Amino acid sequence: MEVYILLGFVLLLSIFLGLELISKVPSTLHTPLMSGANAISGIALVGALMLSAEGQIQNVLAFFAILFASINVFGGYLVTNRMLSMFKKKS
Amino acid sequence: MYTLIDITIFQNLVYIVSSVLFILGIKMLGKESTAVRGNLLSSVAMLSAVSVTLIDVDIGITIIISAIILGALIGSVIALKVKMTAIPEMVALFNGFGGMASFLIAWSQFTDTQPALLQNLLIMITIYIGGITFSGSIVAYGKLSEKINLEKGSLVTNILVTFFYLSIPALLIMMFAPALSIDLNFIFFGFLVLTVLAGLGFVMPIGGGDMPVVISLLNSLSGIAAAFAGLLLLNNVLIVAGSLVGASGLILTIIMAKAMNRTIGNILFVGYASASSTKSEGEQGEVKPITAEDAYLILENASSVLVVPGYGMAVAQAQHVVRELGELLEENGTEVKYGIHPVAGRMPGHMNVLLAEANVSYDLLVEPDDVNPTMDTFDVAVVIGANDVVNPSATEEPGSPIYGMPIIEVHNAKTVFVLKRSMSSGFAGVQNPLFFKENTRMLFGDAKESIGTVVSEFKD
Repeated sequence: MEVYILLGFVLLLSIFLGLELISKVPSTLHTPLMSGANAISGIALVGALMLSAEGQIQNVLAFFAILFASINVFGGYLVTNRMLSMFKKKS
Repeated sequence: MYTLIDITIFQNLVYIVSSVLFILGIKMLGKESTAVRGNLLSSVAMLSAVSVTLIDVDIGITIIISAIILGALIGSVIALKVKMTAIPEMVALFNGFGGMASFLIAWSQFTDTQPALLQNLLIMITIYIGGITFSGSIVAYGKLSEKINLEKGSLVTNILVTFFYLSIPALLIMMFAPALSIDLNFIFFGFLVLTVLAGLGFVMPIGGGDMPVVISLLNSLSGIAAAFAGLLLLNNVLIVAGSLVGASGLILTIIMAKAMNRTIGNILFVGYASASSTKSEGEQGEVKPITAEDAYLILENASSVLVVPGYGMAVAQAQHVVRELGELLEENGTEVKYGIHPVAGRMPGHMNVLLAEANVSYDLLVEPDDVNPTMDTFDVAVVIGANDVVNPSATEEPGSPIYGMPIIEVHNAKTVFVLKRSMSSGFAGVQNPLFFKENTRMLFGDAKESIGTVVSEFKD
């Protein structure tokens, strides 16, 4: 029980930290920020890798969880990078 | 040699470092000068968190490697092949996959253990948020790529919406089922199906013009789902990274809703009121069409021009020819600015991405608040496929459904060109008095062709 309270604390603090960090973003960066944040939500990959593999169902679920999260991670970072490399300020 | 305890401690230390890198990365993503490095930093955080997790896994290595390689291939191909105009639907799709991963994690946790009350509660919440994110994103993807075209109020939509409302009490029952000693195994599968249907019903009735809000919200939810999966697995880095995404998505959602002068609840559950005011019908006058050749003559003599793009520019893929026109105008000694409304297009910052793709310098882009006070100094405002975001009803007609929405007040410029395919009203279904103003000239036709004609006139 205590561990959940502690982790719930981490959760709330992180949300507030996130709100503080991103409260003033220029609109130019709205899309890259969204897409970059989207890539970060692929952190579910770490969770997928922690799953157990007792039975058949678990193995299938783990496979697809890893697959979907990997698509999210690789696709998300690449497309964000591609987008950001287009943002230029001409001298 | 490591003992088991040492591995766990080592992993958690790396997770802390990753969390810090994620925090710095997302902070740097919010500034133009540091954004590229921020994205890189966050990918390093991801790489280290994943690598250190791989040290000690239960799942077979073949499964892991094949799933990661397949995912990397699919993700990279989509990311590198996608056209910049298709970015909104692609971000929606990736969001959905992230939600799906959390959904599957929680499902696996359910089949794995006989969960205690608190664990069960977390499993059900994760499944619910993950499932809704997944299927909701699929609908958003379908709507944005125009593969799904179901009208609000159609039978299928109504049935799906009903599933959404049913899913809320179902979630509550599932969350507290162990306390009520209900045997979950029988109804669990039904709950999985219901959450997916609920996600369809959540997004299906929301119109295309409200998609910037929906995408930001789904983005936020995919992060929250990951954070709850982190609580479930007692993993710090999932919680921190997921919460950051949840917060950033929430901020974008609020920014978008503010730019429409509507509440999030109104956008999600009500939609635009059918145009309640009939006042605007009275003041409809004559529209004054203009040819591209005449538009050229006026532009050639203008000393300052404001370009206001909207979703129509994305549809016509006109961003490159717009940039070309801008350069020709600048060579001609005309000052050119681009007025970008936060909700123009189908996702936050949509216009910025398109113009960046076309190589328009981002310091030429201005926001409504910056440009409105000096609007009367612009000789010409060129509206390309935008409608509601330049509708003067928002400032002039208290009865209008969009009254109060901040707009780009192009009607105060000396001359306004409106490039439009036909006289149909915008997404909000509100008639736009701008088209009938004294200083407005309508340039009908495909935006790309019209501007193309102006550009070739300049070159002659």
